[in-house]
Parts: sequence; C-alpha cells; structure tokens
Amino acid sequence: MTQTSSPPGFAPAITPQGLTSPEAVTSSLASAGYISTRSISTAVYLAHHLRKPVLVEGPAGVGKTDLAQSLSRALEYPLLRLQCYEGLDESKALYEWKYGKQLLYTQILKEKISELIGASDSLDASFRKLAGFQDLFFSRDFLEPRPVLRAMEQTSGSILLIDEIDKTDEEFEALLLEVLSDYQVTVPEIGTLSAQVPPLVFLTSNATRELGDALRRRCLHLHIGFPDAERERLIVRARAPETPDMLLRQLVAFVQAVREENIRKLPSISETVDWARTLLLMHADRLDPDLVRDTLSVILKRQADILDIAAKADQLTRTALETASGPG
Amino acid sequence: MERVITSYIRALRSAGAQVSTAETLDAMNALSLVGYADRSRMRETLGIVLAKSEEDKLIHERLFDQFFVRAETSREETSDGAGDEQNSSDKPQSSEGEGSPDGGASGQGGEDAFFQLARSGDEARISLALEQAAAASGADDIRFRTQTAFFTRRMLEEMGVRQLEERMVERLQNGSPEAQAEADVLAAARAAMQTRAREYVDRLFDVFGRSATEAFLDDVVVNRPIGELSLRDMERMKAVVARMAKRLAIRHSHRRRKRRRGHLDIRRTMRANVRYDGTPFDLIWKEKRRDKPQIVAICDVSGSVAQYVRFLLLLLYALQEGIADLRAFAFSARLMDVGPILKARDFDSAMKTIVRDAGGGSTDYGQALCDLEALDPELIDRRTTVLVLGDGRTNRTDPRLDLFASISDRAKRIVWLCPEPPGMWGSGDSRIPSYQPFCTVLSHCATAQDIERAVDEALAAYG
Repeated sequence: MTQTSSPPGFAPAITPQGLTSPEAVTSSLASAGYISTRSISTAVYLAHHLRKPVLVEGPAGVGKTDLAQSLSRALEYPLLRLQCYEGLDESKALYEWKYGKQLLYTQILKEKISELIGASDSLDASFRKLAGFQDLFFSRDFLEPRPVLRAMEQTSGSILLIDEIDKTDEEFEALLLEVLSDYQVTVPEIGTLSAQVPPLVFLTSNATRELGDALRRRCLHLHIGFPDAERERLIVRARAPETPDMLLRQLVAFVQAVREENIRKLPSISETVDWARTLLLMHADRLDPDLVRDTLSVILKRQADILDIAAKADQLTRTALETASGPG
Repeated sequence: MERVITSYIRALRSAGAQVSTAETLDAMNALSLVGYADRSRMRETLGIVLAKSEEDKLIHERLFDQFFVRAETSREETSDGAGDEQNSSDKPQSSEGEGSPDGGASGQGGEDAFFQLARSGDEARISLALEQAAAASGADDIRFRTQTAFFTRRMLEEMGVRQLEERMVERLQNGSPEAQAEADVLAAARAAMQTRAREYVDRLFDVFGRSATEAFLDDVVVNRPIGELSLRDMERMKAVVARMAKRLAIRHSHRRRKRRRGHLDIRRTMRANVRYDGTPFDLIWKEKRRDKPQIVAICDVSGSVAQYVRFLLLLLYALQEGIADLRAFAFSARLMDVGPILKARDFDSAMKTIVRDAGGGSTDYGQALCDLEALDPELIDRRTTVLVLGDGRTNRTDPRLDLFASISDRAKRIVWLCPEPPGMWGSGDSRIPSYQPFCTVLSHCATAQDIERAVDEALAAYG
C-alpha cells in the first residue's frame, strides 16, 4: 500500500510516471534492461520523494553505476557523471572560472576601458569607475559549470552520479555536504546557486575508505550484494538474450558455486554476463569441465584463483549441472 | 506507530547502531510514504533510511524480526517467526484448558481479570495485555539476563496476579477437595501466564539488553589490568582489540599529502601555465608529504610482562596493514625478530613460540639493546618511533644507557610502556628512572585501554 501524498515540508515535485511507486520504479528500470530488487526500487522511490541522495555500497561489478545509468535511460533524464579520484577538487567538480575567456575579454575591452577611464582625471576617480566593471568578469557568463553545478542547473530533472566517492580525499566529501543536503552551490563571487529541480543523486563506493558520518547521515543507504541465482539468471537473460535456457541455468549455478569458494576476487555480475557471451560465441550449449577450464579467465581475474578453481572444475561443474537440472 | 518506531530506534541504538535524530525524522517521513501494511517493504525502508553501514544493516536485519514479532503476534498472517511464536505459546494454554473442571472455575472467576485472561486463550487479548504490562513496568529498560525474573514478576503484578495468588492461598488453606481442585486450576493459570510473560521478557532482553550486556562486558575487559584477565576474557579481548585497531586505523588514515599554502611550486606552476602564455593562472602549491608511521617495538617477554606483550603485538599487527611500518622484537636475554613468526602462523601459536624461544633466561636490557644495534644500525632513524614495553628490571646487569641514549638521539620519539605502577619504579633492580630521561613518554600501562592510548599517541606524532 502506498500513500501518494508527500510528507509535510516537501513541496510537491513533478513525479515522473516511473517514480510513482516502488513497483513503478521496478518496471521502468526493467524497461531499461536493469533487473531491480525490492530494496533497490524502494531506495530509488524514497530518494525522489524524500529528496535525498542515495549512497550505494557493495562489491565491485554488482551494478551500482549501472543503476544510475539505467535510471537515466528509463526516465529520460540527462546523466551527469563525476568520476572521483584522489586530488579531485572543486574546480573539477563544482565550477571553475573561465580564465581564458576572462583574459581574452580584458584584452579586447582594453581600449574600451581606457576610453571610459580616460575621461576621469584623477587616479581615484578612475579606480571608482573601474570598480563598477569588476563584476562583469566574475559573472555567470564566465563561470564554467562542472558536473555538480550542471546538475543543479537542469530544469527538468537530472541524475547526478558521483562515482567511487571513496577514492577522493576527506576534504572533498565535506565540500559535497552543501550540495547533498540543500542542493545548492555557493560561489563566493556570485552567491548561492540553488537547484530548480533537485537532481536524483547517486553516490557509489567500494569501501576502500571509511566514509564520514556526516556524509552517511545525509544519504539514504543502499547495499547491493551479489544476486541470488534467480535474479542473476534474469540479468544475464536481459543482457545476453540469445543464451540457451539450459546453458544459462548451468553457468549461473556454476558462478554461484564459485562465489562460495575461498578465492580472492569473486566473480561479479558483469563477469557472468561476459562469460555467457563468450560461451555463446563458442557455440556451447552446455557446460563441461574442459570448456570451463578454457574459459575460466573470463570470470576470474587472478592467476591464483584460476588455478584454484581449475583444480576443482570437474566437481564444480558436476554440482552446477545437477543444480541446474533440479527444480527452481 | 510513532512510538513503536522511536522504541525501535532505541533498540537499534542499544545494539550499537548509530542513528541520529535527523534519521529518526527521515524514518517517519519515509514510512508515511511507503505505508505500514507491507512488512517486508517496511523492513527495507527502515534499512535504507536508518542503517547506514554494513554492520548497522546486519544489526537491523537481526533486530527487525525480533522487534516486530511483538507487534504482530495478534495478526494471523506473515513471517515464520510470528507463526512459531503463536504455536509454542498455544500449547500450555490448551492443555491447561482441558484439565480444568468447568463448573469449579466459572463461579468465582467473575471479578478476576487475570484468571479470565489466562483462561480465555485469546491470543490478541493476551499479547495486548502483555504489551501494556511491559510498558507499565518499564521492561524495555532490561539490560542484563539476571533481570528477567524481576521484570517477569513486575509484569505479572501489573496484570493483577496478586488477587489470584491471594485467592489461591485462601483456597489451599480451606483444605476441602473442591477448594484443592480450584487452587490447582488457579495455579495452572498462573503458571501459564508466567510462561508467557517470561517469554516476552526474554524477547525484550534479546532486543534491548543483549548488546548492551556485550558492550558492558567489553568495557569491563578493556579496563581490567591485563595481568588479571581470565582465559574467557582473552577470547573477548581479541574481538575488542580488533575493534580498537579499526578505530585507530580510521583515526590515523588521513591522507598523507598536505598542501602548504604560501609555498609556490614554481616549476610545476610554470609548466601548468604554458597554455596561458606564461601568465600564472593556475597556482600550484608545494606539498608536504607526511611520513608513514614507522614503529619499532621492543618487548620484554620475561615472566609477567609476556601477557602485556601479547596485547601490544595483537594491536600493532592488526594496525600494520596500511597504517604503519612495523618491526617487532622480543627479548629476555637475547633479542629476536618476531615479525616472520607472526606473519607465518596464527597469532596464538606464534605467541607461544615467541615466549618459549625468547622468554627463557634472565632479562638483560643491555644485551638486548646491544643486539638491536648490531642487527641493523640503520633501523632507527628520525622517522622511527621506538616503543619499549618492559618493566625495566635488568637483574643488575649493565643497562647500557649509552646505547639507549644514542637510540634516543636518532629516533623520532621513544615511548616506554611499563606494566608496573610508578611507585615500584626504581625499587630493587628496576632501572626505569635511569632510562626515563631518554624517553619522550614514559607511562604506566595496566589495561588494554592504556595500550590503545599509547599506540594512539605514537601514531599521532605523524600528524
């Protein structure tokens, strides 16, 4: 059951068809080829209605970034992506002054300015005159918006993806707090620029660094883990539709079994999809131990893991075949 | 419903999840959007809004069912937990109901609400009564297992068990067979309700108390002198030390580069501004690299000090990855590098080997310092913090203060942790006072918390 009225304190926003209920989110994501779970859909739904950013955590390759991308396709919102890295600062994320343009304009306007100032006789008077023009060069015309500010400027909804926030420094996290809680950016020379329509903000993290509590508190928190066999089958079916049914069941069962093994880098969903495509190319219609050993490098990315699993390939394949032929 | 949510948030907090007031408000707003009817949707919603880390998510997953089982027992639908609850609690009720003679009870039971309730077998009414009694008796405040009996009794009294007991006693004193039979019925009703109340309190303890108890025990263990820890404390200690290490790691894992405003990096600025025809628009400042903490730990493993060494090494090794470069040595008569052993084996068996191999013989600080210098004269430089753990009892051998002084000259700092209280320093063969002038910090360290503080300070020097 869902109530459609917004909670008090939130101005009614334009709610696109795809965000009217968690179920609607699921189906609109499905139309963009993203197989959602209940908690993913609930998080997206809440993010829109509570106007809160979503912090998405989980192992690599489970579709954290893809969630934002698919949502942008489904809702036909522009996607603004900010890839984070160490040393990222406000001039790359929020805004920058167009120095070149400012320089060029001062050169071109030089004559004009000296004409204007020329009339006044004293230094004091010309300075006063000049003071009136200073704002000209620090106005919106000379402001280069970077992804975050650009997302604020969109008038018909947008999605801001701040990817791998854990790669940045702590200072940058603090810089984002204003954006995340009030959807505004303060430019000292101009003032505060607020978003007309708050963007849907997704932050992703692989937990290489512990994120600050201040950031966590401002966000909704979504944890995406590895999918169960059923959801993984749906995902592979969506991404590699030509995969024969039997092979699909077998390879998903195999990957699920590999995730139970004690290896360093667990195969992600994207690697399962790659494997399905590889097997398709090889015209395989069922798994067998030799085929598995030959193509293991598609799902495992570390030599030690490959050796470990290759040694167990016979037994794992047998179990996978049994699981796949069973019910469910 | 608001009260239920705030009470749930209290349970989350007592289990160690960090939930702020702002998040409480978010939870209310979110639930008014999503509605309360669909329980699994509600669970997901609260998980998204309240639990902001993986640990908190686990706490939430565990607590949610335990907590909302109470609210749901009256409804027939939904989760297994609620279903089981109902079945198990039905049993004593029904068997008791069959055994009671109908005529005997109906006459006197009229004014006795408690008895009526116990006999009614009406799940919804009983759960409601339990809920109300629990709220009235403050049973949510349960913190320890031993309080169960106390709160059970308080709840029963809230529900009016007194009158029933009085009647029961009176009937028993009467002595006639009918009175005896009625007393039996009353006793059975009382026992049944007591079982229900106790189950209820047990569940409250699981929700509110268990984690608080754990936290309390952890706290006790941290503040207990290490020499007095029992074997059971040791096991608990391992988990505590792991958490300590995590805390220290978070505190000291700030980035290692620091910009120095005011010192222009001329070469990089010129290069960056070539595109502006040499006009310096982008200014690039010099950066100062922070040193990664380098710790050399020298531990006395003779006799009683060995226990302390255990915790220091446990903590240092948990910290080693990413935070600090660590070299650890143990000695009593001769010095030995314990790094390879600790790396190769699990901690417990490694510690055993270390104490066996290095621990024999009488303590000789002079010899140990001598060995350290001989091993690698360049081990200690201006970036190194030397951490000494020992009681400074040299068995009247030469303390080699000259070597210690030279180490002190070269090292960034020397932190000496002494398990003996300050009153003992200098008594007998203790040479602590002689070493003291060369130490940056000399502190008495008795508990795990002291060790944490000392390591924290050692790392803080690299700020």
